[in-house]
Amino acid sequence: MQFTLTEDQTLLQESALRLMREEGTLARRRERVASADGFDRRLWATYAELGWLALGLPEAHGGIAGPVEVAVVMEAMGRGLMVEPYLASVVLGGQAVAQGGSAAQQAELLPALAEGRLFLALASAEAGGRYNLAHVETTAQREGAGYRLDGSKAVVLHGASADQLVVAARTGGALRDTSGITLFLVPATAAGISRRAYATLDGQRAAEVTLAGVSVGADAVLGTVDGGLALLESVVDHGLTALSAEAVGIMAALNEATLAHIKTRKQFGRAIGEFQALQHRAVDMYVACELSRAMAYMAACKMGAPAPERAQAAAAAKVQVGRSGRLVGQEAVQLHGGMGMTDELIVGHYFKRLTMIDTLFGDTDHHLARYAQGMTG
Amino acid sequence: MDLDLSDAERAFQAELRAFVREHLPAATRRKVLGGLTLEKADYVGWQQILHRRGWFPFNWPTEHGGPGWDPIQRFLFEEEMEMGGAPRLAPFGIRMVGPVIMEFGTPEQKARHLPAIVGSDVWWCQGYSEPGAGSDLAALQTRAVRQGDHYVVTGQKTWTTFAHYADWMFCLVRTDPAAKKQEGISFLLIDMKSPGITVRPIIALEGSHEINDVFLDDVLVPVGNRIAEENQGWTCAKFLLGHERIGIARVAFSKQQLARLKSIALREQKDGAPLLADPRFRARIAEVEIELLALEHAVLRILSEEKAGRPAGAEASFLKMRGTEIQQALTELQMKAVGWYGLPFVPEAMHAGWNEEPIGPDYAAPLAAAYFLTRRATIYGGSNEIQRNIIAKAVLGL
Ligand SMILES: Cc1cc2nc3c(=O)[nH]c(=O)nc-3n(C[C@H](O)[C@H](O)[C@H](O)COP(=O)(O)OP(=O)(O)OC[C@H]3O[C@@H](n4cnc5c(N)ncnc54)[C@H](O)[C@@H]3O)c2cc1C
Repeated sequence: MQFTLTEDQTLLQESALRLMREEGTLARRRERVASADGFDRRLWATYAELGWLALGLPEAHGGIAGPVEVAVVMEAMGRGLMVEPYLASVVLGGQAVAQGGSAAQQAELLPALAEGRLFLALASAEAGGRYNLAHVETTAQREGAGYRLDGSKAVVLHGASADQLVVAARTGGALRDTSGITLFLVPATAAGISRRAYATLDGQRAAEVTLAGVSVGADAVLGTVDGGLALLESVVDHGLTALSAEAVGIMAALNEATLAHIKTRKQFGRAIGEFQALQHRAVDMYVACELSRAMAYMAACKMGAPAPERAQAAAAAKVQVGRSGRLVGQEAVQLHGGMGMTDELIVGHYFKRLTMIDTLFGDTDHHLARYAQGMTG
Repeated sequence: MDLDLSDAERAFQAELRAFVREHLPAATRRKVLGGLTLEKADYVGWQQILHRRGWFPFNWPTEHGGPGWDPIQRFLFEEEMEMGGAPRLAPFGIRMVGPVIMEFGTPEQKARHLPAIVGSDVWWCQGYSEPGAGSDLAALQTRAVRQGDHYVVTGQKTWTTFAHYADWMFCLVRTDPAAKKQEGISFLLIDMKSPGITVRPIIALEGSHEINDVFLDDVLVPVGNRIAEENQGWTCAKFLLGHERIGIARVAFSKQQLARLKSIALREQKDGAPLLADPRFRARIAEVEIELLALEHAVLRILSEEKAGRPAGAEASFLKMRGTEIQQALTELQMKAVGWYGLPFVPEAMHAGWNEEPIGPDYAAPLAAAYFLTRRATIYGGSNEIQRNIIAKAVLGL
């Protein structure tokens, strides 16, 4: 048993935090958010050089390390409040190919992904489906040797900058059936695909994706035909774990900023941190962050476990992080007073991202219900 | 005790409801109910319509041009306004500086400023907070130095809501730096067109602009613009505070938001059924509804006491606390209700007249932004920590 980071993981963490200290300023963030793609391709190349884009991918195709290392990097990116499509492309897209791809698909895509030459995005959610991964209305009908895809996908993270989309479509069964779902790799510029790109409130990018008679070959299938839900669940669990780690980085940064503020802000002739009412609030924020960190890394360690165990761990982490993130975000703003309400301070930006992390791939209520369903006893 | 309205109150309510239905401009109603951005003209236009009916300022006595309603009538009025989709009436003139002028102003000051509020000819802003004086308001440092018939005012106010709309600002300034902090403060009315005033926008975390910094650089203010005696400004400030606690609970607003939450949850789907039917989400709504019911009845008890001539003191602080916490819970649930569609951020979609196809359901666009913005409610108007301190001290004797 080993409940703390190894030496190598610690080195990775240190180098990640170093980069984030340089790049994670609010001024840099504003430039990235305002740019055409909504992120910095130069920084993406740096990630590639550092090997971050290969994390969690199979070694046979240029990959290295696993979910704990991904969590280490995501935690640092949380702290740096990064907007690059790491979750969308490397974690969600990368895991879909790594876990579901044929040897040929992996050989074609994974080295390019790891080298920063390829962007992927996961197009799974649909309007009206809320967080149910089996709610897939998009259809994939046999057409000659291949398939024809029709439907629309909601809030595809970094969907507009992706070169290839991982699309969940129905090859059989009825809406919300657990069988009959298949994942497809679809070139984002294929005929019949339209993407409506937009910014999100947390400074990221997403797109609504419509597929109208998009033809793909049989070799576009990722994983097994009709058996795509299990793959999708695993991919999303990796995403949830990575997001949990990102949230931990944000909480730690918010706690630091809040502590620094209440130690220096003076009202009534003393630092407001001297008021016990605020001290106890700061303590609860600290505890919330510690518990979240414990859960995020626990979940990362469980990503290779059998599906039910993996799912419980990811759901539990998301619940913990959702609750903790809500507390830390709201309190950080509150304890900053008026300053916390401004665009000028990074606190509000952290708060918005932390809030949106709760929404991504299922909020606290969703994962609480999911956990309760899988709970023994 | 009797929870039912009297026949007269019921008739009054019906009259209010009919008036809002008939006279509130449709464009304004659409913005309010859709959570879209309001312009100054939306507020002022509605105030003038109410004024022509004799209902603005709704909380003023007849002697100064108000309808002279009792506290229960005022409560009913606010409820009908909110439920009918009317814009919130800006508090700065009618709830804040107006009552201060009525209480402490000279006949000349009353004659000059009160009719201008009644007719919506001026927009007021509140210049209290400063960078170094938030919760500890009495630490304010904006200096006013007497020079003949004028004060020369220099300093900085901050968080000033709608200073960019304002014609006038009521302001707390330090006139005696040597006195104990509360005893060296005066209450000044400052014309925003005076030379030396600079208003700088502060953009809020979700991107909107309502608050501002106001810089005062050797601004000349006639001594005749001082309310009450020199160094008696704190008395005015405390009077105003007492006036404000109940209104800020905004029960009617929350009722309207609760109705909106339900209508959103009815249209949102979870596993093929309305989200409103999901036991967990429904229970969450029920929790807030019960909290709001408790608040409403607590408010009504206090208003009944007030009507009987026994106005509340510091205990009314809990109405502000609970009212703002409920407002936050409601905006949070509205955002949660739309799931993924809380994420898209299309600033243009917050404005009426944007006629592209919405991303996701049309009601979703402003919800997350509203959640972020509503975090301010527990900070302003005396933060909820300060309200708790007040109750601990003044009510519980701790
Ligand atoms: C959107 C918005 C609009 C506003 N509009 C106006 C306006 O129009 N005019 C105007 O004059 N002001 C306005 N304000 C200012 C508002 O009144 C102040 O923000 C408020 O008084 C808090 O002051 P502060 O921001 O300096 O926070 P601080 O006083 O620095 O407080 C920071 C934190 O410490 C807590 N704290 C402070 N003292 C104590 C204590 N003794 N015990 C426990 N906790 C404590 C506070 O509750 C808060 O959580 C507005 C503020 C906002 C956010």
